[in-house]
Amino acid sequence: MTLKEKARILDKSSMDKTLERIAHEIIEHFKSIDDIAIIGIKTRGAYLAERLAVKLEHLAGKRPLVGALDITLYRDDLTQASEQPVVHATEIGFAIDGKRVVLVDDVLFTGRTIRCALDALIDFGRPAQIQLAVLVDRGHRELPIRADYVGKNVPTSLKETVEVRIEESDGKDEVVVCDKEAQGMITR
Amino acid sequence: MKHLIRNGRVVDPANKIDEISDILISGGRIEAVGKALDEKAGKTIDAKGMIVAPGFVDMHVHLREPGREDKETVRTGTRSAIRGGFTTVACMPNTEPALDNPDIIKALKEIIKKDALCKVAIVGAITIGRDGKALVDIEALKREGVVALSDDGYGLQDGDLMLAALKGCKKSLLLLMDHCEDKALAGKGVMNKGFVSTKMGLRGIPREAEFTFVERDIELAKKAQCPIHIAHVSCKESVEIIRKAKKAGIPVTAETAPHYFALTDECCATYDTNTKMNPPLRTAADVEAIKEGLADGTIDAIATDHAPHTDSEKDVEFDFAPFGIIGLETALGLSVTELVDKKILSWSALISKLSTNPAKILGIEAGNLSKGSVADIVIIEADKKYTYTGDSIVSRSKNSPFIGWQLKGRAVSVFVEGRPVMLDEEYGRV
Amino acid sequence: MSQKMVWAKKDLLGLEYLSREEIEFILYTASSFKEVTTRQIKKVPALRGKTVVNLFYEPSTRTRMSFELAAKRLSADVINMAVEASSVRKGETLIDTGRNIEALKIDIIVMRHDHSGAPNILARNVRSSVVNAGDGWHEHPTQALLDMFTLKEKLGTIEGLKVSIIGDIAHSRVARSNIWGLTKLGAKVTVCAPPMLIPEGIEKMGVRTTSDIAEALDGADAINVLRMQFERDSAVAFPSRMEYFKQYGITAERLAKCKKDIVVMHPGPINRGIEMSSEVADGGNSVILEQVTNGIAVRMAVLYLVAHAKEAAK
Repeated sequence: MTLKEKARILDKSSMDKTLERIAHEIIEHFKSIDDIAIIGIKTRGAYLAERLAVKLEHLAGKRPLVGALDITLYRDDLTQASEQPVVHATEIGFAIDGKRVVLVDDVLFTGRTIRCALDALIDFGRPAQIQLAVLVDRGHRELPIRADYVGKNVPTSLKETVEVRIEESDGKDEVVVCDKEAQGMITR
Repeated sequence: MKHLIRNGRVVDPANKIDEISDILISGGRIEAVGKALDEKAGKTIDAKGMIVAPGFVDMHVHLREPGREDKETVRTGTRSAIRGGFTTVACMPNTEPALDNPDIIKALKEIIKKDALCKVAIVGAITIGRDGKALVDIEALKREGVVALSDDGYGLQDGDLMLAALKGCKKSLLLLMDHCEDKALAGKGVMNKGFVSTKMGLRGIPREAEFTFVERDIELAKKAQCPIHIAHVSCKESVEIIRKAKKAGIPVTAETAPHYFALTDECCATYDTNTKMNPPLRTAADVEAIKEGLADGTIDAIATDHAPHTDSEKDVEFDFAPFGIIGLETALGLSVTELVDKKILSWSALISKLSTNPAKILGIEAGNLSKGSVADIVIIEADKKYTYTGDSIVSRSKNSPFIGWQLKGRAVSVFVEGRPVMLDEEYGRV
Repeated sequence: MSQKMVWAKKDLLGLEYLSREEIEFILYTASSFKEVTTRQIKKVPALRGKTVVNLFYEPSTRTRMSFELAAKRLSADVINMAVEASSVRKGETLIDTGRNIEALKIDIIVMRHDHSGAPNILARNVRSSVVNAGDGWHEHPTQALLDMFTLKEKLGTIEGLKVSIIGDIAHSRVARSNIWGLTKLGAKVTVCAPPMLIPEGIEKMGVRTTSDIAEALDGADAINVLRMQFERDSAVAFPSRMEYFKQYGITAERLAKCKKDIVVMHPGPINRGIEMSSEVADGGNSVILEQVTNGIAVRMAVLYLVAHAKEAAK
């Protein structure tokens, strides 16, 4: 499947500013960093969570708890998988009972990934609260899920896809909208 | 009615003929062989581009009747033989009950008279019930017309008894066809003992189980001064022992089956029970030795050891499946593809292995196209490639590892005693 | 990890048939599953709604339990079928049993059988996935995988490791699977057994052979000590258990001459005082209990991967 880039929504500098703003919003909402856990959804969400944690530490003087969640085993689309599911280990080195969790993901689309993440988190324990921060919200929700913190709203058509590239995994920071050549593909 | 086979390449090693020629058949016999015979002499069969040879003789076939008609009958087995170009088969005595007494032989002869599409020579058992303990009444079986004796399926373990059997065969002028297998060495093995059996975790049959008995029985035959025929030779040591024995003037003849020059034990790796037979498939070095043995005359005959088994018997764990595969319908194709095309044997040499020599060894009237001989003839399409499919199998059983193979060499017409039992597409099929 | 299908096989029949990449992928997946087994709620919904049958023609409590737990932790439904094995097999043929199971819409058949090749035959006759839990002398792939997983945990990598497998190699499916897996991942394998229990041609699998226990232990990073089955085929070489222990038993004295951190493995159950002394079995070098724990993670990975491959193939 090949992708044709149509527009670049965020570049390295605007991506950084967006994350900075989200960090501010989180602090503004929670007032303190105590009992905050930033948990990113693997793989890109986890990298973004780490960046957020660094920014939050800067702002609050203390680093929040950070974890990474692999939701492959909670996906409900086993029957529709066309690519190899790769199960990475979940890394949450603390008890989440009573914590105020901010889930972090790169793109919010149908909402199914977030639903899986909620299932996974609840198997880990009973957080006091779960909020959601995403870099991009591209619309087309199939479930009643919404993000509390949104980097950028990007209205898209179903024939398009939003590609988030992160330096840690893709070599550069940017967000682009592309045209899909293949039909019938389920991304999120 | 007379038949005239025209313009075929007549290959008749018995008369040292290999040339384009015509054959006139009359009254069940060959009336004339020569160039440009009179066109109006008989009904013409155009054999242009084909090979015309004496009908093949398979020394080693299991027809399964009486007793296991679910696997094969005289009728279905001989139909399979005709398809393969065989006009005579020698049927083995491991039926139920075994062919170890005159009455059962009589009964079988009746069945053959009624049902057989080709000629059937009967091989009697060596021991009663094939249990390796007591000899049959050899002279009585000879009187009923058996052409040879064999305990095929088992090796005769008792050397003393083997010696006695050889002496009896010598007196009655019967051929002894020897299944050489030391049961103690073979044990519960199910395939060749070697690297492949180690990988597969299966009990192996060591090659010693075969060649030590080949050696033993040739020595006994020498002692008894009786000719001996070694069945289904599979390993290089056996070939070498037979070669030496022949050089020393001992009257030993030998046969091998097509699977021993077409397959190795590597084929067993998928646990396909159609690769399970006894003796087992061996290594590449053994395949080379078998081919050499065929080329230099150490191995006189190609005999299929056609062993039909039902699907339900074969579709089980490798350890439980019975030994054996069918072979009548693939013998020619495998021989042409693996031997003639690869320049191991000439056509003349191949016809010797399939027809001339087996007839001579069994002492039957067949295997040549001499004037006056019985007209057992096969017409062969030699150079068109075809795929051996499961649907094409005429035998009642389908246990063959060659399904799907691309082969060359197919019998298209067969005459038995001058009657066209099978004619190719243009004239209708049997 | 690339997006292409690394694991596309609906069955796991043996390590002979796997590439290095496929084996490493299973081990990687297993490490993720190990994390699941450390949680409070040791369950994920990955195989919810799927059914796994343990079809055991040979009795086995531990392997069966391990597979059962693995399936249940993936939220699958599990059924245990113990088939009465007798020398004269009465009743259903293997393929008929398989077809009946398939008719029940079973997704995965975990099969242990006393005849080599049985899973291979079953796998090509049913659409369900077939996982080999041990067939005759042929292979026991999940055992070798958990052995390698444990080795990787302890020693970091398999590449270049010196591993000795000790015991009745000729009749051991654990040995064969380990040889395939370890050599494919770059280990240097030695097999050690009395001469009549070293099978023909085994060097062609890329291993060194010896009948001298000291030679096998010298410089080894890890040893895998096999179970001697005196009630079966091993008896041909060693009528006396005491004699076996004397010549091949892993004792503290023998271990003292080895590398200090040598890893001692055993597929279990141990014959104390025959393959190894209690001291060694319970000692600091032994990872036998960790092997058992890792077995669950490895089997979860295998069940997950074959289930997914079967779905993807539809």
